[in-house]
Amino acid sequence: MSKDIQAIIATDCGSTTTKAILIEKKDGEYRQTFRGEAPTTVEAPFEDVTKGVLNAIQEVEELSGRTILDGDKIITEVNGSTGVDAYISTSSAGGGLQMMVAGAIKTMTAESAQRAALGAGAIVMDVLASNDKRLPHQKIERIRQLRPDMILLSGGTDGGTITHVVELAEYVGAADPKPRLGMSYQLPVLYAGNIKARDQVKEILNEKMALTITDNLRPTLEEENLMPARLEIQNLFLEHVMAQAPGYKKLMSMVNVDIMPTPAAVGEIMQTISQIHNINVIGVDIGGATTDVFSVIGEIFNRTVSANYGMSYSISNVLADATMKNVMRWLSFDLDEKEIRDRIKNKMIRPTTIPQSLEELKMEQAIAREALRLSFEQHKLLAVGLKGVQQSRSIADVFNQENTGQSIIKMMDLDMIVGSGGVLSHAPRRSQSMSMMIDSFLPEGVTAITVDSIFMMPHLGVLSRIDKNIASEVFEKDCLVYLGTCIAPSGQAKKFGQKIMNFKINMGGKTIEESINFGELKLFHLGLGETAEVELIPTRNFDVGSGKGKIHKQMVKGGVVGLVIDGRGRPIAFPDDHDEKQELVKKWNHTLELYPA
Amino acid sequence: MAHSYTPGLRVAKRTVIQKDRILPLKGEVVKKVGEIISRDEIVAKTDLPGNISTMNIVNLLGIQADEIGQFMKKNVGDSFEKNEIIAENKSFIKWFSTQIKAPIKGSIESVSNVTGQVLLRQPPLPIEVQSYINGKVIEVVPNEGVIIETVCSFIQGIFGIGGETWGTLKFAVTSSDEELDVSKITSEYKDCVIVGGAFADYNAIQKAIEVGVKGIIVGGIKDEDLRKLLGYDLGVAITGSENIGITVVLTEGFGKMNMAKRTWNCLKDRENSTASISGATQIRAGVIRPEIIIPYDDADLDHSAMEEREAKPVVIGNSVRIIRQPYFGKIGEVTELPSALCAIESETHARVLMVKFDDGEIVTIPRANIELIEE
Repeated sequence: MSKDIQAIIATDCGSTTTKAILIEKKDGEYRQTFRGEAPTTVEAPFEDVTKGVLNAIQEVEELSGRTILDGDKIITEVNGSTGVDAYISTSSAGGGLQMMVAGAIKTMTAESAQRAALGAGAIVMDVLASNDKRLPHQKIERIRQLRPDMILLSGGTDGGTITHVVELAEYVGAADPKPRLGMSYQLPVLYAGNIKARDQVKEILNEKMALTITDNLRPTLEEENLMPARLEIQNLFLEHVMAQAPGYKKLMSMVNVDIMPTPAAVGEIMQTISQIHNINVIGVDIGGATTDVFSVIGEIFNRTVSANYGMSYSISNVLADATMKNVMRWLSFDLDEKEIRDRIKNKMIRPTTIPQSLEELKMEQAIAREALRLSFEQHKLLAVGLKGVQQSRSIADVFNQENTGQSIIKMMDLDMIVGSGGVLSHAPRRSQSMSMMIDSFLPEGVTAITVDSIFMMPHLGVLSRIDKNIASEVFEKDCLVYLGTCIAPSGQAKKFGQKIMNFKINMGGKTIEESINFGELKLFHLGLGETAEVELIPTRNFDVGSGKGKIHKQMVKGGVVGLVIDGRGRPIAFPDDHDEKQELVKKWNHTLELYPA
Repeated sequence: MAHSYTPGLRVAKRTVIQKDRILPLKGEVVKKVGEIISRDEIVAKTDLPGNISTMNIVNLLGIQADEIGQFMKKNVGDSFEKNEIIAENKSFIKWFSTQIKAPIKGSIESVSNVTGQVLLRQPPLPIEVQSYINGKVIEVVPNEGVIIETVCSFIQGIFGIGGETWGTLKFAVTSSDEELDVSKITSEYKDCVIVGGAFADYNAIQKAIEVGVKGIIVGGIKDEDLRKLLGYDLGVAITGSENIGITVVLTEGFGKMNMAKRTWNCLKDRENSTASISGATQIRAGVIRPEIIIPYDDADLDHSAMEEREAKPVVIGNSVRIIRQPYFGKIGEVTELPSALCAIESETHARVLMVKFDDGEIVTIPRANIELIEE
């Protein structure tokens, strides 16, 4: 199909802004050429999402000179500089898709159900399980209070427990929650549990709710089958939830492929990139209210959303959970704690303000590090292998007694981190974005660090449903900004200043031979599009990819920041002494050229 | 584009506003279009379905789940009183029979022959929506509620806690820069809404709760005091359901900040009138700000008209409040509106404006960091 496509217009309808991008074929290659944005028009007085969409597209028309609209219709036939081949869209307006999930056992089917819902782009408001230690009436009360957009009910492997599943269906039926949007429509419930319990579940819920049945998401303990549930969630999202939102029926008739929830589209592009380049990727999108983390490790895709970690609406929550001490460790100066608390609350109640002074910027970036760290920790807890699975062990495994349910994210195996969201994409200096991502994700070994230039991942995600190659081409050329590569030996030394690695960098025809000490950072300017061959020789307590004390050789990519050698240990070690700590942070900031002198 | 909209909080001496008074679920609307109503009148009511209790009858009787039907004395939909027998395991010898008594009054919601669970529903809980302000019903939303219109002084706060309440508006301080301390709270303010100046501390708010003050309107409080009042650290700005015995409306923000002169004067003009206030704040998705509504009870509600309001762009001469450090809380006048992006101290490129303060100092401020003080 890609041969025929000349131009595509894509929009993302966010809670506050609708963003449109134009992708065009120029000189044989696909590029994102123009963008426009306009306020989202879901709420009064407009109450029609398409108005914001048309305004955003109109801005693209004005900038590009391409005629896309004929009145309020999109011209979907290309004729020179008129029309586009397709119009596609994602949406997170109205707070996105809010779900409640239920499963028989908390760490098994309920956890699988949670992964299914998150992967489909939902915010999971609560996870109910037969063994979650809440009394029946508490569960019922909770379902009723939360008013989700949709409920995913699972439980039992095929042929396994029926009683627990039916019990959960009874609670859902008794609670009879009213949907968040629209008082009068039936709440969609998706059943993806034991096939033997389908009839009973139907009997209990069929009349009260809009029940849909799909394949069991955990047919056996050893197998997780999330795709049917994920696709069905997205269908129900369009049919029931989106159809209630003002103007969406019209929008649905305008698009060439189904509208996707924004996070689901971001997940789609992450998976496409991982597949095409055969790499392990972690992505993060830090917003004002929530932070989404995505990972594609091998072929396993996971997404989590930290609903209350963000840089404006939820900033106060970041401070509460991260603690003041953890935020302050990133600063090289003192601030009165009470004063900081008041400032953060003021940012929460006036979320659109921007840091004017350098001190405010540093403060905000310190909090961002903690928001990213906490969100990633939550992600690692859910991105785990299946729990309760019988493992067959060979004699070699006797010495490697790992429990089931270990996190599948091994930082040493990670190839790339992709950051997006205001605080990362719009940081005044790119080195600040790179530093924030290194400090919060703590990559080990050799890892490429990138940012989404203008937050076009959602658009490209839905585009990959039309054509994976175009999506990937635009992603590489216009979406991703390579910041550089981080080389971080993993381990701890006894004291600061102790040598932990020798290294050689061959770049641009010359060889640099140096070493790095514990607690030190080094930056080498390896530009965008440039590569270097590195030979890393860690000391015996440190691993940089090939094992403790083992030599590691690899080609690395440069970027707008360069090559960062991070000798601060994993986790990053800070001196106990307050003044020494501040001095060291100052040095790190200076090395990475984070702030003006 | 993203920063061209400048948020503003309304401070209007006399305006017409409309309030939706809607039930959380469908019910009965008891007022009609055209009725003049007072703040304590009920406009709509409904019954919230009662809470659910569960009993595992199968376990209690020692029977199989699929036999449960034979042992139930009450069926789905039947009502029962507390301690009434709802299930029984009969035996030839009376002593060996087991009777299950209802732990609550209610009705049978469901009986499961799979889990053996019986769900009992308590009687419905009545919910009533009051008018909250004096005014006239201009629209009835069938089965949901009404829309009330009133002529009033209307002030939006920036943040609040506590729900809807009302009381006589009294001043506990004499100027907008004065702090409301514990010594200024006396029993004469019982059932009143009191105005403080720049700041109220924890002890003052606590004393106000003790003497039965309905609400406090003040420039700022400390986050530390908010935590003490609530008993937890507020992570996300969604408030209004706190039950601390008082409603607090902040007009400026966190920390000590003089109440804006216009807000102060507007309130001062209405001293001793009855003010309806709400602390409900929601910053995400459909912003809700706390509000102070002081109706003019002598207004002609038949000839009032809601004015059309739209977000206005900031223009030279506008009065604005700076809402971020380093000039946080200061009020000044816009003197210049350069259109090109400008690098500020943090190296961010932003759209800016110039603001002149009362002392003559002119500073450059990102447009995102100001708030229009609107009439």
